[in-house]
Amino acid sequence: MRIAIASGKGGTGKTTVSVHLAWALAQHHPVQYVDCDVEEPNGHLFLKPEIETQTPVSMPVPQVNPDLCTHCGECSAICAFGAIVATPSLTLTFPELCHGCGGCSQVCPTGAISEVDRTTGVVETGYALAGEPGTGQVAISFLQGRLHVGEAMSPPVIRALKSHIDPDALAILDLPPGTSCPATTALRGVDRALLVAEPTPFGLHDLTLAVEMVRTLGIPFAVVVNRAGLGDNRVEEFCAREGIPIWARLPHDRRVAEAYARGQLRAVPAEIQETLAELAQRLLTEVRP
Amino acid sequence: MRIAFTAADRHPETTLDPRFGRAPFFLIYDTDTADWTSLGNPAVESLQGAGTQAAEALVRAGVAALVTGQCGPKAHRALTAAGIEVYTSTEGTVVGSLAAFAAGRLSTIQAGQQGGTGRPHSGGGREGQTR
Repeated sequence: MRIAIASGKGGTGKTTVSVHLAWALAQHHPVQYVDCDVEEPNGHLFLKPEIETQTPVSMPVPQVNPDLCTHCGECSAICAFGAIVATPSLTLTFPELCHGCGGCSQVCPTGAISEVDRTTGVVETGYALAGEPGTGQVAISFLQGRLHVGEAMSPPVIRALKSHIDPDALAILDLPPGTSCPATTALRGVDRALLVAEPTPFGLHDLTLAVEMVRTLGIPFAVVVNRAGLGDNRVEEFCAREGIPIWARLPHDRRVAEAYARGQLRAVPAEIQETLAELAQRLLTEVRP
Repeated sequence: MRIAFTAADRHPETTLDPRFGRAPFFLIYDTDTADWTSLGNPAVESLQGAGTQAAEALVRAGVAALVTGQCGPKAHRALTAAGIEVYTSTEGTVVGSLAAFAAGRLSTIQAGQQGGTGRPHSGGGREGQTR
């Protein structure tokens, strides 16, 4: 079973919710924590995992054989991303712009274009410990993708990361923010999404976009209001009007920010941990693949 | 010799657009005939790769030089591969830039000196947060 923790806006608390949910769920069921925010993975700061495997992620990019190329420009005409440019004497490739579709090699009339692998990121797996030391700790399976610095295309790394998810485990996917390719790539195939939202006008704006995204993808979802008490009542009103269930309200509390800034797991106030544990129970009882 | 200028509009009195890949128009001056022609930038709305796509449009237009404000490293590589010299101008208008070019007052942008004015890839960039 796969549960995605998503948000339209960055910084709403996806990782805080994800790592605490993984921790709470691990007491009942084998859990995989999957950090899909491959541009800036940060779950490791809280779970402090032992990394055991690293698998490079590569994508196919064109290579032009200058002996066969006639600089006809068919390749650049089909490329929507400006990743290949034909000049009268030289055909240039820009691998960092390439989406790996292979169109250029298909249309090349002289067979001058072959595809070569280019490494753009890495998938790392390992484990983290959950539970109080001395009273029976359990392991959380830990997965994260990392896009190499300077690369623009995160979906191939996210897809490679997701191929490592154990179908029998309960997977918590900590998503990248937003509603564009990285978020939708991570969302595909999940059984439920939790949209973390702040009760502010900006939070409502981005929640509205996130709701549109999960509805378009046909994924059942609920909202978690984080920093409740801040801002105004419009997120609550929006959810009531749209018939969207709110599964948890985490109060605005300076101590949560302090724990986050220190990279501390389980340092948030007890009542918030309790709310997150209840949310974990609700996921276990209400969500079925 | 045909010289391209990045332009805000289709007439030579217009502003010299300091961007290359996202300039709405290219105005092309032919030194043999003293004629201006205009070319819409096909890459202006590209999600990504605007610089390289605009460069290819100029290659096809057969220009020998480009006068702009800044151009990024990928566009610069494509332009210079096609033998197009890239000049930078701080003159406010296209005609002013032509006069500066004719007077030999403009300097070329060399590899490694480029600024780059493109926006990040909207799908992969952190910009994706707000889309």
